[in-house]
Amino acid sequence: MTAQVITVTSGKGGVGKTTAVANLATALAADGRKVVCIDGDIGLRNLDVIMGLENRIVYDIVDVIEGRCKLKQAMIRDKHYSDLYLIPAAQTRDKNAVSPSDMIRICNDLKPDYDFIIIDSPAGIERGFRNSIAAADRVLVVTNPEVSAVRDADRVVGILEAEEKGSPYLILNRLNPALVRNNDMLSAEDVLDLLGIKLIGVVPEDESVIIGSNRGAPVVTDSRSRAGQAFRNIAKRLQGQEVPFMDLEQQNALWSAIQRLTGRK
Amino acid sequence: MEQITSLVQIKGIRDGLLATFLDAPWEDQRIALLSQIDERSAFFQGARLAMDVGSQVLKVNDLVDLRDQLSERNVVLWAVISESATTEKTSQLLGLATRISKPRPEDQRQFAVAIADDTALFINKTLRSGTRVEYPGHVVVFGDINPGAEVVAEGNVIVWGRVRGMIHAGAKGNRSAFICALDLSANQLRIADEISATLKPQKDPKPEIATINREGRLQAELWHPG
Repeated sequence: MTAQVITVTSGKGGVGKTTAVANLATALAADGRKVVCIDGDIGLRNLDVIMGLENRIVYDIVDVIEGRCKLKQAMIRDKHYSDLYLIPAAQTRDKNAVSPSDMIRICNDLKPDYDFIIIDSPAGIERGFRNSIAAADRVLVVTNPEVSAVRDADRVVGILEAEEKGSPYLILNRLNPALVRNNDMLSAEDVLDLLGIKLIGVVPEDESVIIGSNRGAPVVTDSRSRAGQAFRNIAKRLQGQEVPFMDLEQQNALWSAIQRLTGRK
Repeated sequence: MEQITSLVQIKGIRDGLLATFLDAPWEDQRIALLSQIDERSAFFQGARLAMDVGSQVLKVNDLVDLRDQLSERNVVLWAVISESATTEKTSQLLGLATRISKPRPEDQRQFAVAIADDTALFINKTLRSGTRVEYPGHVVVFGDINPGAEVVAEGNVIVWGRVRGMIHAGAKGNRSAFICALDLSANQLRIADEISATLKPQKDPKPEIATINREGRLQAELWHPG
């Protein structure tokens, strides 16, 4: 077994990188894959909170790098899936405590025993971002349908291309089909047109994502959530399966029927 | 060791440190630089480094490797100055500056001389946000210019694609320079010292050409063949 190393990044902060990592990792584990997530955001760690593992942290990635513990000791097992682990970031250090070669070494040590290693990149294009992409076999760029987020994503795609990391894949997060219909939000087509990279998933705006994050239970475990379904589909695509894209309009069919009746559309 | 470290000279400039290399294979230059830094690692902690690599031709991987090695030593590489067009392009792709505060002699070259030889830089890709291309001649881009990307040319700029970033043609004051593109919905265009207002994105884009008109204003109009 050789794990595929997937880095999730975005450029801009707050677009849903950490949420995407937690959900994809959980979905892959639910599909029976052996998964390790690494929080690359040294100094501003979040992934442990979203996965609900905060109170189990004893050692972190900087302890591993500086030799205070073994790699296995820093790996926290998930509450529900026995083959899902988290290597948390250090909260009391900064990005300079880790180097790109440290990340490559850790990933190489993990690769033989797992199917997927998912790295949560910090926002920005500085040291922490470079650490996070150093070991990546594949990069997923998360963006929101907002002009500023798309511009930052474009910058990141340019850097990834310049570093010959291959063309990244796009996750378009928090799309609101109703706003797109009224021309109040960039559509998936607008974003893809600008970025010119392959789309791996569109995640609709869904308040159950926030509820899940606050409870430490990623939304993929909620079978009724549309966002959860979108993340489950992305996880399937990462495993090489062909899954058709969801029809985001469906859910709002009733609403648009009303709009048609009232002559607004 | 003495010999190899003398391949590189490091001195302080206004914007940090500047490393200048003697003529040698890149591998030797790289080792020379890193060993100088390792010898005095305390001095180099947190330093901002610019490099003058002369005519050395550097590929993306060369610079990425060096930058990572420098970053492991807590040294930030921010600029690469080079006489080689390939190296300049590489540096620009990586978002590194290619000029430092002290202008190099060729920057002072007369505009007319640069244009007289009618050189053009051909860029066969889309310029993404954060990329800045500066060239002392014409620039031809086969691809888009995305928002947040900048092209500054002393001559004309021709884009076979969409322009949504910033273009400055005739940057050294040539008012007869022009900009043309298949779709000119740039957020800003400049020719010489004229600056356009925002051009509205068109529903059905057609090729356009921007010039300075008789009234001395920058103006874009549809391109008519012939």
